[in-house]
Amino acid sequence: MQTEVKAFLRRHGLLAGFGLFLISVALSADAFLTPGNIFDVLRQVSITGVMAVGVTFVVITGRLDLSVGSLLTLLTVIVVDQHNTSGPAMAILITLAAGIGVGMFNGVLVGLVGLNALIVTLAMLSFLQGLVLFYSGGSNVNVQNAQTTWFAVFGRHDLLGVPVPALIFLVTAVIAAFVLNRTVFGRQVFAVGGNETASRFSGIASRWTVFWAYALSGLTTAIAAVIMGSRVMGAQNTIGQGYELTVLAGVILGGTSLLGGSGSIWRTVLGITMLGFIQNGLLLLGFPYYIQWLVTWAVIILAVWIDLGAKRGRILA
Amino acid sequence: MANPILTLSGITKTFPGVVALDKVSFDVRPGEVHALVGENGAGKSTLMKVLAGLYHPDAGEIIYQGQPVQIDNPLAAREKGILLIHQELSLSPELSVAENIYLGAWPTNALGVLNKRKLRRDAQAALDAMGCSFGPDDRVGTLSVAMQQMVEIARSQAFSANVVIFDEPTASLTDTEKDQLFTTIRGLQAQGVGIVYISHKMDEIFELTDRITVLRDGQVQGTVTTRETDATAVTRMMIGRTLEAYFHKADSSFGDEVLRVDGLSLKGQFEDVSFSVRQGEVLGFYGLVGAGRSEVVETLFGIRKADRGTLQWHGEEIPLPSPRQAIDLGMALVPESRKEQGLVLMMGGMENTTLPHLASYARNTVMDRGKERATFDEYKDALSIKTTGPEQAVATLSGGNQQKFVLAKWLCAGPKLIILDEPTRGIDVGSKSAIHTLIANLAERGLAVIVISSEMPEVLGVSHRVLAMAEGRLVGEFEGEAMTEENLIDAVSHHLARPAAE
Repeated sequence: MQTEVKAFLRRHGLLAGFGLFLISVALSADAFLTPGNIFDVLRQVSITGVMAVGVTFVVITGRLDLSVGSLLTLLTVIVVDQHNTSGPAMAILITLAAGIGVGMFNGVLVGLVGLNALIVTLAMLSFLQGLVLFYSGGSNVNVQNAQTTWFAVFGRHDLLGVPVPALIFLVTAVIAAFVLNRTVFGRQVFAVGGNETASRFSGIASRWTVFWAYALSGLTTAIAAVIMGSRVMGAQNTIGQGYELTVLAGVILGGTSLLGGSGSIWRTVLGITMLGFIQNGLLLLGFPYYIQWLVTWAVIILAVWIDLGAKRGRILA
Repeated sequence: MANPILTLSGITKTFPGVVALDKVSFDVRPGEVHALVGENGAGKSTLMKVLAGLYHPDAGEIIYQGQPVQIDNPLAAREKGILLIHQELSLSPELSVAENIYLGAWPTNALGVLNKRKLRRDAQAALDAMGCSFGPDDRVGTLSVAMQQMVEIARSQAFSANVVIFDEPTASLTDTEKDQLFTTIRGLQAQGVGIVYISHKMDEIFELTDRITVLRDGQVQGTVTTRETDATAVTRMMIGRTLEAYFHKADSSFGDEVLRVDGLSLKGQFEDVSFSVRQGEVLGFYGLVGAGRSEVVETLFGIRKADRGTLQWHGEEIPLPSPRQAIDLGMALVPESRKEQGLVLMMGGMENTTLPHLASYARNTVMDRGKERATFDEYKDALSIKTTGPEQAVATLSGGNQQKFVLAKWLCAGPKLIILDEPTRGIDVGSKSAIHTLIANLAERGLAVIVISSEMPEVLGVSHRVLAMAEGRLVGEFEGEAMTEENLIDAVSHHLARPAAE
């Protein structure tokens, strides 16, 4: 009996705890579980969510991508600025290309050259922040025809009553889940993360697998930047600051192991969404804004702890 | 007869879905060497982990020096005087010999600062008692495997162990090193230490041990006195049947040449290696660990890049391939280490099986699961792999079943040349025999087969032709009548007689 309870908590403890949290917030804040608030949360998590979908690929290969926060800032600045000069369609294309480009650059250094992922992407985080200031000259940019552009659809509109950014998040996640679970590339991602040496002995070009995972991470961050630019209709030089940690927290909270080789897209979706509801719930309960950072920290530590416990259990079994 | 120093009675340990140990009783007397044998998955490792405090039994009692005890963790076991010498050594290569011997129990002064002088002096005493040639300050990473094992065994002196458990200690030792190890074990025996000796190798068991306990499917099949039994009887207890012909040499006619290698060299690894292998032929590679055999086949397979040398595949000269190209040509390499090189342990058996051939199990890059499943089912039956289903992570399977999945993943694409690097290392007699039969069947079906082995009876038993290798060079080729143990030993030792070039 006792071991069954332990096993249940290990498997579903986070979800159960999250359920309790939802109920207790709902009981004390009437606005919490209303469609309006739920859509607000979904709109908020769609940006980190789309990014986390790409980062999940990188994490499953057993690596990290910490550059996505600065990349989001840079790409948001680019999409807004280009919107004014080249028009929305061109701006989106340039943004996607730039995102994939930066991802590939990370991929060359980590995958093909074999440098340490933590250092490479942390350095990239710093480099891109510098690039933002170089590009914008330090001033904020704004979309000039914010009231009339169709660019607003990505961040501000609803489709059939559902916020478009949430739909973009959903579609990205569904496509990514298909790629991860059903395609040759997805299988290679799991294999490389699970055992890189055995993958090489099986004829898998593990370096290129890692390369493409980073390219994907760049692509999803670019999609997130389009949503962000559309929602804010402008960009400050710090707009994506700290996003890399929230994204990573969502991935870990979902249960994708930092050791590589296991994880899933729907888990990341769940992790990111849980984080969103926790932060929203705390605000509704009247806690000051900064409390959410402390709670995010505690939740991450808890998630990693439970993950470790489950691993030890598995090793002993 | 002395009273047992350690007695296990009725030890039961279950894991979800498996009874790993079922009321196991077992004892060790002071000054005896007690062999523990059984096929993979019989429960030997689990039993040892119970003794070392890594697992806690669900039921049963451990009586040590006449008192019931509970062993909480490996450090507690060591402090009580029970020492486990792991199959894979548990040393820190960057630390010194002395630091390793006392790992986790370093002498400190009142402020918690390491007392280096005492550490060195105590370690030196332990090494002296064992007759070791290296000193306490040597860095463990610079020592040979055999010396590293001595460092582990030295803990028995340092902690005045009463019981020492050896888990497959000779797996990576040369014959000379093995003799030294046996001398050490007999020394411990003379001190009155009780020794548990786990091994697959019958000759060692009969040379060294006083009693033999046989485990099968988590149950004790019986404990016998070594002098009063023989290898056949013990094998029968282990597998519940007798093994008739231990080796089965392929009865095949040789066809065209599949692979010819000329002057293959890789600096620091091997030099000027040339050989060829034909359809239906089993070519053996004999040599000690470190002779360069694995490096040669890894180079053929594109894992390493050769400095020089040419390759002919079915009579046509080809550039040295990448692993992908090698697989597409029809080469298969069953690597030396199944856990590090052979399998992705977290993945299921099905995904491991199709891993080298993903493109041929996909339509427009989407995996065809039905096709994967069909291959999995086919090889699960053909190789009689014991697994609960395609998704069961191979990490949870026994060594023999894991090795079968490594074979399945290479056989399923119908290779023309299969290279097996130590295919039976660390697996039980039953599975060993199955693999020998498989090798013969493959050759009879017209495949070219290369078998690398450090076990001389194996390499002589399965091969049609044997190449001897030492220090990165081919030192002899033997066929027919000339394929004898003496010739192989002569070839290898003659070469090794020269002073070792570093």
